[in-house]
Amino acid sequence: MILRLSFASLMARALTVSMTILAIALSVALYLGVEKIRTGAKASFADTISGTDLIVGARSGSVQLLLYSVFRIGNATNNVTWQSYQGIAARKDVDWIVPISLGDSHRQFRVMGTSPAFFEHYKYRQGRSLAFEQGEPLSDLFDTVIGADVAKTLGYSVGDPIVVAHGLASFAEHKDQPFRVSGILEKTGTPVDRTVIVSLEGIEAIHVDWQSGAQKPGDPTPVEKVRQMDLKPKAITAALVGVSSPLKTFSLQRAINEYAQEPLLAILPGVALQELWGIVGIAETALLAVSVMVIVTALIGMMATIFSSLNERRREMAIYRAMGAKPSTIFGLLILEAILMGAIGAVLGLLFLYIGLFVSQPILDAAFGLWVPIDAPSLREAIVLVAVIAASAIVSLVPALRAYQLSLADGMTVKT
Amino acid sequence: MTAPDPILQLGKVRFRWSGRAGFSVAVDQFTVKPQEKVLLLGESGSGKSTLLSLICGTVLAQEGTVNVAGTNLATLSGGQRDRFRAETIGVIFQQFNLLPFGSVTDNILLPLQFAPQRRKRVDAPNEEAKRLCEQLGLPSSLLTERAATLSVGQQQRVAVARALIGDPPLILADEPTSSLDAGSQANFLDLMFKQVDANGVAVMMVSHDPRLADRFDRVIEMKDIARSEREPA
Ligand SMILES: Nc1ncnc2c1ncn2[C@@H]1O[C@H](COP(=O)(O)OP(=O)(O)O)[C@@H](O)[C@H]1O
Ligand SMILES: [Mg+2]
Repeated sequence: MILRLSFASLMARALTVSMTILAIALSVALYLGVEKIRTGAKASFADTISGTDLIVGARSGSVQLLLYSVFRIGNATNNVTWQSYQGIAARKDVDWIVPISLGDSHRQFRVMGTSPAFFEHYKYRQGRSLAFEQGEPLSDLFDTVIGADVAKTLGYSVGDPIVVAHGLASFAEHKDQPFRVSGILEKTGTPVDRTVIVSLEGIEAIHVDWQSGAQKPGDPTPVEKVRQMDLKPKAITAALVGVSSPLKTFSLQRAINEYAQEPLLAILPGVALQELWGIVGIAETALLAVSVMVIVTALIGMMATIFSSLNERRREMAIYRAMGAKPSTIFGLLILEAILMGAIGAVLGLLFLYIGLFVSQPILDAAFGLWVPIDAPSLREAIVLVAVIAASAIVSLVPALRAYQLSLADGMTVKT
Repeated sequence: MTAPDPILQLGKVRFRWSGRAGFSVAVDQFTVKPQEKVLLLGESGSGKSTLLSLICGTVLAQEGTVNVAGTNLATLSGGQRDRFRAETIGVIFQQFNLLPFGSVTDNILLPLQFAPQRRKRVDAPNEEAKRLCEQLGLPSSLLTERAATLSVGQQQRVAVARALIGDPPLILADEPTSSLDAGSQANFLDLMFKQVDANGVAVMMVSHDPRLADRFDRVIEMKDIARSEREPA
């Protein structure tokens, strides 16, 4: 009954109370949302590459290499020569190697030149292989395989022609050699979804008439003649490597890093990811700290609301006292009230989170390729909610203590 | 045959409010017998409500004894006094007696929450609340209404029902009629006394209105039993 009365008392102050609860709910939703996106981003980053032992590129930073080779973020400052690539490929401790050649684009999507081995060895999310939604792998020189998002955004289907632009975000298009969509990959939730894949030779073919970023004067080489040419690449951007035995990983890495002919860098994807977390960790912590502060602010707001309600509620407290309630009951009543507000706010916040997730899931996916899963609340989230409710109780100690003193001093008569 | 033990007995009581106001009241000797209806008259500010607080045990006298139903309040701890009040005394204020957000039934049953013995005396609380309301002329349709929706006169009658439920031996009423007009006042007192007589409860009511005097067993002037003084600031 006391619980019901306390609830009714809250309802009687519906406007201020609902504002307070709304503030708590929004802050909880914000915190949980940040947490969701953070863990979602981490998981989707970690899921992007699996089964690759080493990534090889020109010498730069390991995080940079990881970002441009796997996540298509940023650009390579240097290439790996074809000779070096072949030198590494020929080593006994190399089980497989997949070349990657980046630098061209199709509309907003990047074009990646690679070998058929890519479809065999590229693995994501704990060892899953790429699968075809439609069509088949590259067979012709001008075949392309496109990721799910490319197909969806541009409305392509198998057989459609594609014009590849030279460089990124460039208007100079390789109009003369139109590619054809031979296959569309299933959605992976990785950057592959936003990639146009062609063969290494295809990349060479579109650059036949180009020199250092500009078209050679004169008529373009006819397609038939291009097909006759030797399209062996001169350089690639990076390579994914699988070792013959896990024990060889470090010795191979060392060998590549000390490669005599040119400065190369070999990284372990997992280690580079850890390094990346180290870098974003500060921002991450700052973001979490800010959202915790937002919750604290909302709770302090609640404390202020309870505080300012005390004066108009001295009558209520005097009635309770006259009926035989102890001052400690008054104290408990206010704590209970705060817990009710905190609990409603926390649950509402969870609801807001799920509504927000449902609304933003496709948007995040489309804009950032970030797939935030919608799961049942985890233990971690439950702990956050309980912590918010506990914190509500703690901040309400201050006004509750004040009410305790007031009800002791007032007794039955309310001194005004 | 010896006289029954008084329900209320004050002896050589001195009390002073803490704080700057410095109001103090002193009562040498004052008794109320069981089932007696006493009216205490006094001007406003003379310390009537303060006296009721002392009897309720929400404040403690610095000197002297306050005996309620044979128990010296000073011998009880704070928590025990609160429990004792809940068990022994029904309280009616001048106005704003009820929790406005609670239903009429909630308000009537509220003291039972803090008084296990008193609750035991009521077999079916909801039925009892309904019965009391009927006796006091309140339609039972009001029982589930929020207290705030009632008229002042109705609220005062709910307050009487709340004071009577579970038969506490003493009812303290602090100017319960002064927010009512003359007609409702008489009606209110009729209804209240009918129930008070039926339950055999002692009533101590304070008021500044001498016109109520003829309905009580005994009328006492505040100035005859108590000295109050206000220290200059
Ligand atoms: N809760 C309180 N705290 C401090 N002083 C009080 C309190 N209640 C009453 N007083 C003092 O007691 C004086 C008498 O008040 P009260 O007992 O309410 O008189 P009455 O009920 O006869 O009008 C007031 O003027 C005030 O100074
Ligand atoms: Mg008074």
